Order: sequence, then C-alpha cells, then structure tokens
Amino acid sequence: MEGEKPSRFEVRIHGRGGQGVVTAAELLSVAAFEEGHHAQAFPSFGSERTGAPVVSFCRLDAVAIRTREPVAEPDALIVQDPTLLHQVDLFSGFGTDGYLLLNSGRSLAELGLADLLERHRSERLLAVPAGEIARRHIGRPLPNAALLGGFAALTGRLLLQSVQDAIRQRFSGRAGEGNAAAAADCFELVSERVGGMSRA
Amino acid sequence: MLKQTEGSAAVAETVVACRPEVVCAYPISPQTHIVEGISDLVRAGELEHCEYMTVESEFAAMSVCIGASAAGARTYTATASQGLLYMAEALFNASGLGLPIVMTVANRAIGAPINIWNDHSDAMSQRDSGWIQLYAETNQEAVDLHVQAFKLAEQLSLPVMVCMDGFILTHAYERIDIPERDAVHSFLPPFEPNQVLDPADPMTIGAMVGPEAYTEVKYLAHAKQMQALDTIPTVAEEFEAAFGRPSGGLLRGYRFEDAETVIVALGSVLGTIEDTIDEMRADGVSIGALAIKSFRPFPLGEVRDALAGAKRVLVLEKALAIGIGGIVSANVRIALSGIQQYGYTVIAGLGGRPITGASLRQLFDDAVADRLQPLTFLDMDTERVESELKRLAEGGRSGGHAENILREAGIVAGRPH
Amino acid sequence: MSNAGDKSQAEAEKRHQRVRFYQVGSNVVGNRLLDPEQRTVQARTDRSNAITSGHRACRGCGEALGARYVLDAAMRASGGKLVAANATGCLEVFSTPFPESSWQLPWIHSVFGNAPAVASGVAAAQRAKGREDVRVIGQGGDGGTVDIGFGCLSGMFERNDDVLYVCYDNEAYMNTGVQRSGATPPAARTANTKPIGEHLGNAFGQGKDVPRIAMAHGIPYVATATVAEQHDLERKVETAMGIRGARYIHVFVPCPLGWGSQSQDTIKLARLVKETGLFPVFEAFDGEVGEVSKIRRPTPVEEYLKLQRRYAHLFGKNGHPEIVERLQAIADRNIREYGLSADDGEEVR
Repeated sequence: MEGEKPSRFEVRIHGRGGQGVVTAAELLSVAAFEEGHHAQAFPSFGSERTGAPVVSFCRLDAVAIRTREPVAEPDALIVQDPTLLHQVDLFSGFGTDGYLLLNSGRSLAELGLADLLERHRSERLLAVPAGEIARRHIGRPLPNAALLGGFAALTGRLLLQSVQDAIRQRFSGRAGEGNAAAAADCFELVSERVGGMSRA
Repeated sequence: MLKQTEGSAAVAETVVACRPEVVCAYPISPQTHIVEGISDLVRAGELEHCEYMTVESEFAAMSVCIGASAAGARTYTATASQGLLYMAEALFNASGLGLPIVMTVANRAIGAPINIWNDHSDAMSQRDSGWIQLYAETNQEAVDLHVQAFKLAEQLSLPVMVCMDGFILTHAYERIDIPERDAVHSFLPPFEPNQVLDPADPMTIGAMVGPEAYTEVKYLAHAKQMQALDTIPTVAEEFEAAFGRPSGGLLRGYRFEDAETVIVALGSVLGTIEDTIDEMRADGVSIGALAIKSFRPFPLGEVRDALAGAKRVLVLEKALAIGIGGIVSANVRIALSGIQQYGYTVIAGLGGRPITGASLRQLFDDAVADRLQPLTFLDMDTERVESELKRLAEGGRSGGHAENILREAGIVAGRPH
Repeated sequence: MSNAGDKSQAEAEKRHQRVRFYQVGSNVVGNRLLDPEQRTVQARTDRSNAITSGHRACRGCGEALGARYVLDAAMRASGGKLVAANATGCLEVFSTPFPESSWQLPWIHSVFGNAPAVASGVAAAQRAKGREDVRVIGQGGDGGTVDIGFGCLSGMFERNDDVLYVCYDNEAYMNTGVQRSGATPPAARTANTKPIGEHLGNAFGQGKDVPRIAMAHGIPYVATATVAEQHDLERKVETAMGIRGARYIHVFVPCPLGWGSQSQDTIKLARLVKETGLFPVFEAFDGEVGEVSKIRRPTPVEEYLKLQRRYAHLFGKNGHPEIVERLQAIADRNIREYGLSADDGEEVR
C-alpha cells in the first residue's frame, strides 16, 4: 500500500564534477540524520575533474546500515545534468517503482524519455528546472539544494525542514539562505505537481 | 557527540582530542581530508601545544615523527599506498627504536599500475615492519581505534597503524559518535617515554648492534608484539568501559559459533558480508563471519579457537601476494595448522573494485557447495586475462599488462597518427 | 721620500723575519699569556667533550676532529642544552659501537637519508613542549647530506626549522668503502671513479655546491669552514647558535684512508685546500656572502693534490698536467668570485 514504506531507501545522484553531486548526497544523509534516521553517503570515487560525470550514493534506513557496496538498484534517481542522458547509463538498475527527479526546463517527454514514462509509474518521474530556481536564489545554476527540496516533496522520505537544516549547517550566511530558499521553492513546485503525496 | 559526518573529518577531530604534540602531514589520496581537518582545527586554536608540520615527502613525515617521538612528544601522521612504501625504511626504524607513533593508513592499492582506490596491499606490504596493525570495520571503529592506538602505543612503546579503507570509509558520511575531549583526556594518560632525548639525562638512541646482540633485540621486539595480544583486548575493554561501546580488540565473530562455514575478512567489507550472512541464515544456511581486527600481532590462538569447529573457512582478502596467493589466508592457515578443513582464498576488491552483495551471495553459495577453487579472484574478467595470457604465450610484446590490455581492447592507439 | 734610516730599518726587517702566530689560544699555540676568553673551546678545561674518547675513528680522521670542534662549541653556546640527530655514516658508526657510545649529549641516529628531518622533528617537539632553550643539531657526512639526505635537507631549509645542520665533507662515501658522492671533486679517484683507460677519476662538470644551494633557500646563516682553523670554525658555530631558524655549516674534513694521505697531514690538507682557493671559506647571512677567509699564502693546487694518492694519477711519468691546470682554473675562479686574495699590504690573520 502507499503508506507502507520499506525501511531501506537508496538514492543515486548523477551529475558532473563541480555541480555539488557529492555534497548533495552528504546533505541528504545529514537531513536524514536530523530526523533520527541512519544514513550513509559516499561518492563513486572517480578521479575528480570539473565537467566529468560523477555519481554519488545515499542510503537511508531506520536501522544501522552495514553494507558498503554502490547503489545498484536505486529507489530514487536524482539527475543534476540532463546532458548526461545519452552519455551515461543513468537508468541502470532503476526499477519501475522508482522515483526520478531530473534537472531540466523541458519535460521528460521532450527529453526523449517517453518510453520510461510508459514503463514506470509516471507520477514518480519529474523534470524540474532546478538550475533556474537556483539561479534565482543563489545567482548560479547549482541545482543540488533545489533538487533535494524536490526530492523531499517527491518521495515523502524527508521533511523540507530537515533538508534546509542540513543546507544551513553546510553553507553559512547568504549561501545558506539562498540554497535553503531554492530547496523550498522546488519543494513547493514538486508538491503542486504530485499533489497530495508530500508532507510539508 | 553524535554527528553525521565524513569519516576523515571524524578521525581528524578524534586525533585532535588525543592531543598530539607534533603532527606531520604529507598529502596523498585518500588521506588528504584527515590532515586538512587537523590543520584547520590546529589553526582555529582547538589544539594547544601542537606543532603541525607540512613536510616534503612521506619519508620526511615519518622521520620527523621519529625525531619528535624520541624527544618525548606524542606524535601522529597519516598516509596511504605509495606514501607508506616511501617511508618503509623509516617504518622499520620507528618500530626498531620502540617509538609510540600513531599513524592512520587510508588503505589504497599500490602501483604500478597506479590506482588511487581502496585495497589492503599497502598495509599488507608492511606487515613485517614491526608496527601494530589494527583494521577498522566502520568509521565509528576507525575513530575509536585512534584513541585506543595512542594508549596502546605508549603502553607498549611500539608504533601503531590504524587501517581504514580509503574512500569507502574515509570519504563516507555516516553517523559517528565522536569521543568527547574530556573523556579522551581521561582515557589517555600523558605520554611518559621510557627513553627520551633530554639534555638533563643524555642517552644515545640508534646505535649499531652487531651479530652478538641483534638476535636478542629482534626477539624482544617480537615478544613485545606478542605481549600486545593481551594489551589490545585490555585496552579495548577499558575503552568500552569509558565510552560505552565495544570497539577494537583482536577479533569479532558474527553468527559464527555454530557455523559450518565461516568467512574471514578485515575492514569495511565485513558490513556487506554480514548482510549476506543474514540473508543466507534466513535461508537456513549455517554460515558466519570472523572479523580480524588486529592483524599484527596476529592472534593465532584466538583465530584457531574461533575457527576450529568450522567445516570450511573462506578468507576474503583485499590484497594479493604475487607469486603465491593470499596473505591473510596464509596467516590464517598457520593458525589452523593440523586441522582438517576446506580452505578457500578469495581475492576481492583489488584496486577499488566494488564488492557487491550479489557477488558475495553467489560466492558463498559456491563455497558452501564446495564448488570453489582453492584460490579465486572475485568478479574477474576471466576472458580478458585468458586472452592476454594466450597472446603472451604466442610471443606477444612485453611490457605492462595494463597497457597491453588497453591496446588489445583498441583503447590506446599505440602509434602516433 | 726615503732616507738612510728607513733603508736600514727595512734591511733589518728582512734579516729578522716577523713571526706570526696563528690559532693563538688553540691547543696549537700556547695559552698561558692569553686572556682566557680568547681561548678556543677546545683549549678550555671545561669543554663538554660531547664526543669523548674511545671512539673507533681512524687515526687522523678529519670528521672526528670536526665533530668535536663543532659540538663542543655548540654545547658551550647552548649552555649544554643540545640534542644531536646524526645520519648513518662514519661518524655514527665509529662513535656508537654497541654497547658503547662516545656521545655525552642526547643523540639519535635514525637512517641514512633523514637526519635533517629527524632534527626537525626533535625541534618541533621542543617547541610543542615550550622548551625552546633546547637546541638541535643535525649532522652527517657528504653522502648523507648532499645526496640521499638532500630532499630532507631542502625541506628543513624551506620550512626554516630551528636546526643547525652540519655537513662533514670528506668528499665520498667513506664508511662503505670510498665511493663517489655528489661532493666528490673532479679528477678524484674513488672506488667507482678509478682512473682506468681514458677515465681520469671523477668527471668534471658534476657535483653540487650545497652551501650556495643553502643560500638560495634564503636561510639566515650559511658558512663553510675547515678543521685547520679552529677559531674560525668555533666562531661560526657560535654565530650560528645565536640565530634562530635553519642554519647550515659545511666543514671540510680530510679522510686519510679515503684520500690516501698521511694521517699527520689532515690539518695541513685542510689548510691547503683553503690556501689554494679550492675550498672557499666564507659565511653568508640571509643568502648573501659576508666575510670571506682570505688566503694568507697563495698556493698552487699541486701542493695540495700531491699529498693525496687519490690524485696520484695526475702526476709523474703518465701524469696529466692538463687536468691539474683545469683544477687550478677552478681554484682561480673561486678566488676571483669570492674575493679570496688578500689586498695589497693586507695582513691576513
């Protein structure tokens, strides 16, 4: 049933170096911690270079997490850069019940993902203009904080407040406020789109 | 204090809580966040009376530690892989001189070919250096072991390396209870060396010892490490009493007492192993795990007691002794000398190759069914290696295998065009 | 304008040669009539004997002499609060035949290439403990300093660690059997630069000028010295000990065994290497040369070279005067560049 959520929830985040992909996973884990969950976040440990594809992982659970393997079958995918779509195997292990949040001003259909929409639960797959939202609040199209707000709304796994707390712990002053506001904006946007599924 | 933080950051905070007086830093992936973290804390004034030195190589780092420790300072450094090798001469020197230096090794593969990802080949290559080697399964344990390490080192007058898997632990964010500074301060008495460079009481440290006394000196070093087999559990108990959680010690078993098959391993892979064991137990398989936490000294008696009743023992290790096979398994085999058992060595995770639950399940199923070879390389691309071996047998060009494999796969042109 | 009186005085001076005492107040020339403060440390009864008798150095060992001069001076300057870190080499080996030790100060030997780093570590420990009255010396031979210890030396300089590093330069790896080092001079014979066939000893155009390299690091004090001039060497150590930060003294120490020289010629050779100009003796503050030790009696290099069998192949029937000329050219260049010649009428003490 809808209300019954399994304890373990695994997230995989894709992006390019310099977009805060690793930070996103870390912030997710801190937000979960704030709510008393266990969380594990780690990157895919490539040699770092701006612009190169980067993957990070976050596991959430109600109990201690022991495994250390990469997330092979994500319950949720966050894609920070749409240009990865036809370059990297983003959807490897992505089950039909999975959540997708993709940073783009275009729709998923426009991005050529119509068959994905057909095979999966389409209400769980969303494209949001997170980069634009970020630009409005922090002056740069760094989408990670906004996407985390969107993630909270889409999956219902985290409170917006926790996400914002995690953001403010990491970024001080205007950067913290700006990113927190971007997260809130995206949360609102996604809440409206999915309607009724999210907690505020 | 309970935090969600990066493993390296937690280690840095904990080391600072241990109040080292001299910290040396030479950067190498994946240890960099540790030394950076300590630098920030020292600069922010969180650690008084600490000299933080940036040095010009790992050899220099260990050498500065030697001088500082011999002069009576509590001393710390961190390294990995190539850096550990570069200080090899100094490692043996430090243990031979009985200096209680504590060092984090963020385990990483050794080149050639160069590889920055996790395996145990670095620490394993220095297993005979006379250092105590402790392996952490989780970041919590990594943090706890550093506190224990300073106590251990200073009690025994032996250097200690705390091994934690590079990237997998160092760069992972997880829930960690960072020991409070006051609690650490109570746990660690001030360092009082039994030999020290002091103008008030001059002594000569590091004299040449000839054939007439060298054997005795070496035996005493060995005896001291064997003594650590008692000290390590004692310090672990003291730690548990002071901080309220079990950490460290020589070994830790997981559902192994009645297990027919026991998986032996070191470090963070045990987490994934335990998940797999739970799955198999739920399916009625008699299987358990044994985590080795102290690799040097190697707890021969304790390992024997733990494994004697098993029908089969599978040692899963992240290093390879080229020319013979497993390293940990060879040590385990000594412990099990004379006992009839199925013994399997599995080399896994070399150079950072992920060890997945799915692969482990398949592997353990094969083990239980005794379908395994004595030596297995988990998830190896057998086709590719066989093709390279075939090519070599046919008189192919010599050189590094990595480069040859790439050329075969057409990835590298090999000629200018 | 001269007169008969002046002329006779000049003649009288010629007949009676002025006697000049050098090294007054050393154990070479008597102290009895001298102000005690003008005595060398070695000439004092209260010298520390930091490296005391009973060590196993060869007779005539320049390094043992140099170490004694340096350490006793440093002990005096630091009020006896001194720690020494020693590289592997002759000095370390002959001074610590287990279970005995010649060292009367706290002393550590780690490995061959890390004495400067170990010294840095000892200094760091003193700072951490608020014991900055305790001073640190790092020391080693040319092998351990110029070659294998060079990285650590440079690191110590670059960090400006409060260490005085002393190199005892006998121009080869002596303890292992006289092999060539980065300090071996051109044309010198060593165990692996023998004059065989067309090879005439160590090659020209190689080697490192570590004092100048030290100066290039901008450290507060660099000096060169020899064991022939006790006052000069001791004064330089004293000056160095009065400065905080990285300091370097390069001491020329003959090795009778390695050079094939007479054990009684050690001091003489040290004097000649300076008098020929082959080894400039100077000090430098903050990277700039200050005082130089001028030549008292200009001396051709041959006088120095002929006393050592490591240069024997340059002389005699099958000798190579052209090589000697090249060595002379090196000496002449040093004299020019460092201004080692006494000015006209200048009396060099």
